[in-house]
Amino acid sequence: MRVALFIPCYVDQFYPNVAIATLELLEKHGCKVTYPLKQTCCGQPMANSGYEHEAEGCSQLFAENFAGYDYIVCPSGSCTLHIKHHLHTEKNAPEEAHIRKTVYELCEFMVDVLKVDDIKASFPHKVGMHQSCHGQRGLHLSQMSELNAEPFSKPGSLLAMVKDVELIKLDRIDECCGFGGTFCVAEEAVSAKMGKDRVADHVRHEAEYITGADMSCLMHMEGILKRQNSKTKIIHIAEILNGIDN
Amino acid sequence: MTISHLKYKIQNLKQYEVSSRENILKVVLKNQPEERALPVIDIPVTTSHEEWVEALKKRLEILHVDVREVADYAALKDLLKQEAIPQDRTVTTISELSDVSTLIEAVKEDAHSLEDVDLAIIPAHFGVAENGAMWVTESLVKYRVLPFITQQLAIVVNRKDIVYNMHQAYQRIAGTNYDFGVFIAGPSKTADIEQSLVLGAHGPKGMTLYLLG
Amino acid sequence: MHSKVTNHADAAIQFNLDEPRVDWHDKTLWFIREKRDLASHALPEWEQLREYASQIKNNVLSNLSQYLQEFEKNAIANGVIVHWAADAAEHNQIVHEILKKHKVDRMVKSKSMLTEECGLNEHLEHNGIEVIDTDLGERIVQLAKEPPSHIVLPCIHWKKEEIGELFHEHLGTDKGASDPKYLTAAAREHLRETFLTRRVALTGVNFAVAETGEFVVSTNEGNADMGAHLADVHIACMGIEKIIPKQQHLSVFLRLLARSATGQPITTYSSHFKKPQPHQEMHLVLVDNGRSVQLGKEDFRNSLKCIRCAACMNTCPVYRRSGGHSYHNAVAGPIGSILTPNFDMRVNKDLPFASTLCGSCSNVCPVKIDIHDQLYKWRQVLMKEGLGPTTKNASMKMMGWVLSKPALYDISGKAARWVLKNTPFVVSNGMNPWFKQREMPAPPKESFKEWYKKNRKN
Repeated sequence: MRVALFIPCYVDQFYPNVAIATLELLEKHGCKVTYPLKQTCCGQPMANSGYEHEAEGCSQLFAENFAGYDYIVCPSGSCTLHIKHHLHTEKNAPEEAHIRKTVYELCEFMVDVLKVDDIKASFPHKVGMHQSCHGQRGLHLSQMSELNAEPFSKPGSLLAMVKDVELIKLDRIDECCGFGGTFCVAEEAVSAKMGKDRVADHVRHEAEYITGADMSCLMHMEGILKRQNSKTKIIHIAEILNGIDN
Repeated sequence: MTISHLKYKIQNLKQYEVSSRENILKVVLKNQPEERALPVIDIPVTTSHEEWVEALKKRLEILHVDVREVADYAALKDLLKQEAIPQDRTVTTISELSDVSTLIEAVKEDAHSLEDVDLAIIPAHFGVAENGAMWVTESLVKYRVLPFITQQLAIVVNRKDIVYNMHQAYQRIAGTNYDFGVFIAGPSKTADIEQSLVLGAHGPKGMTLYLLG
Repeated sequence: MHSKVTNHADAAIQFNLDEPRVDWHDKTLWFIREKRDLASHALPEWEQLREYASQIKNNVLSNLSQYLQEFEKNAIANGVIVHWAADAAEHNQIVHEILKKHKVDRMVKSKSMLTEECGLNEHLEHNGIEVIDTDLGERIVQLAKEPPSHIVLPCIHWKKEEIGELFHEHLGTDKGASDPKYLTAAAREHLRETFLTRRVALTGVNFAVAETGEFVVSTNEGNADMGAHLADVHIACMGIEKIIPKQQHLSVFLRLLARSATGQPITTYSSHFKKPQPHQEMHLVLVDNGRSVQLGKEDFRNSLKCIRCAACMNTCPVYRRSGGHSYHNAVAGPIGSILTPNFDMRVNKDLPFASTLCGSCSNVCPVKIDIHDQLYKWRQVLMKEGLGPTTKNASMKMMGWVLSKPALYDISGKAARWVLKNTPFVVSNGMNPWFKQREMPAPPKESFKEWYKKNRKN
């Protein structure tokens, strides 16, 4: 199984440990992983700002970099969703359809493709799970509270395999944290307020860590926690699953 | 076409209205997407009639409706006599109750004369268990405004005339004739001030349901 | 109180100056979202009902011209006088003409978002006609001379103490009294007198049935009925998209509407108006106001499926923390943000950006409008039209260029981390909105790419 590792640009630049954990985790579970070195960004920041038309070069580069693999795996629901829904270049090469079909967020890849049933990791902490919207409502990584439907959670089922994790309950299980890409600066007032409220829910329930499958939301919440000098920390789910105890 | 309608058309027909109609329909026709089929609505109900009655009673309790079960009109009359407040103006549109309440048989005067009605006792065609709504039409109340203008409302419905959901309700309504009909689910209410529930916004401040039979 | 700011982000800054009030607003609306969850989760067929409603509305849009004519024919046969209005101005003119014909200079009105959209009250008041809104929430905002902030709960942004003060001033209630029961009773007395003395009543329309020519109005207070039944003239105004094909379809929509809106299984009153009373004139105004054009936009037409339940507002984390007025339109929140650019792209270009695209709105929508996808699509349309700020246009162009060139990206990435690490004051100041309430991420010593090159053979 040839897996291409798709690392979001801000993870590459600011959170290399998350990328390393993702790589090691996939390798541990038997994948032959390649990181295409010429990758930059999926183009989502432009597209979500209304500039899909300026992201053509980005999309073409992505299609070139990620052609010819069995799967593409990414530790971010949001970037995965963008590729799955919006990777369409003017060239419209046949690889693009293959890429859209085979791109996976890390947790869904582990549950749906690798069918992982054993994780050798321990994380003896109280952990709050943040459901990032694009992963949850876009990729259906977890059931959505708005729907009258059976609950499930792919990241949750993976965390349940980790020894000694204590998952805390939240008052609002899947409310948005307010990151929202450029929304976080364009609508700073609401974005920060949403982030403060989301963080407060975790802190109120004594989370030592907030985890999730999207580093962008976690980066936003980390910024707020640090400003508040909070003891609560953030950690990407790949780091927990890979067995790193910060 | 009614007389007032004709008169209106002749006196007030404006050219722009005619052209607006044609223009709107033209653009709509041009822009409407290709045909999408209507669904066949099929929501099976598996519970029994007795369960519906129980569900109705539970629902009405939540809606602050006082539910009384009475065997027949004779028993209902006794109950109404016992609980009557002498100085109240009570009206009914149920002929069986004419000796305990003023019977309204037909519209005879201006509806504004009902403004001081304290209690109106009216029948309903049927009730809906899932939401506590009673189906009432103009012919049952004579004055459309009666169930709204009265301070207190009492509705009489036969136990056998309880359906479970709104799909069954509209099956019953289908093909019936009414000029005005209304589902009434409890007393008038509002929660516009800080989401605090207050009964008696503009219509009745309280409601009693008499379940007959 | 009503902010005249017409940019969502700026209005949101104002709204967020009083954080405890934002918390209160958020909790009040979240409470309604929770009630909606309870009601919808209690019905096993909930998702099936949403699917039916969506399919019925899709069918309506695909046959709208036929249904409109069928409805018109049946309504006329029922004795209703039907009018057609191309736009807001014509709608207002039609209503004004009816009032003039009856030599009436005052009327009562129950809730109608369409008349808010058309600015009817202002038009009539300008022409010397007094309009009294009879929905309690609408009456409150009317006394306060501001527009509703929510389509179902018009004064959800008002505290009871403030309403007490307002009523003391206008209705003579006791100073300092703020008990909702007391205040509601005062409004009841004041409005009952009004109902009894007005000869014309205007109502909105929730559903109009093509098959029978009847229209349905849903209220909890009974104000639409008090007004309409006591008046000599009943005027009902509706957008052309409110048509549904058959009477039996009301079952689907009435099961969904109130559960989605407030968590009630049905509103207290669902009134079916078919024929006028013998002494009465009943008018119905069908309003286009941009809807027929919107119908032609494939990406945006299904926003016309909306039944105005406001579930998308109650669930929207942005709406709850910015308030209805920040959307500077009659219909606020996510649905407003996809409807209003149809009216005026320039004036409403900020609204599709007033969202994180979290998607909760689409999930609660009882007619399954893809609201967050439309927000995304509107962004593309608006920026392609060149409506973005020049600086943003330029920076996005630059970003697109850099990100398509791997070598350039490597350099700029390093530069970004270098700046972060070495000159924190450059970015950590008031000019950077991120930094106002958040710390920047700590810069790592190397990027993943650099680590990978050292640690893995490619």
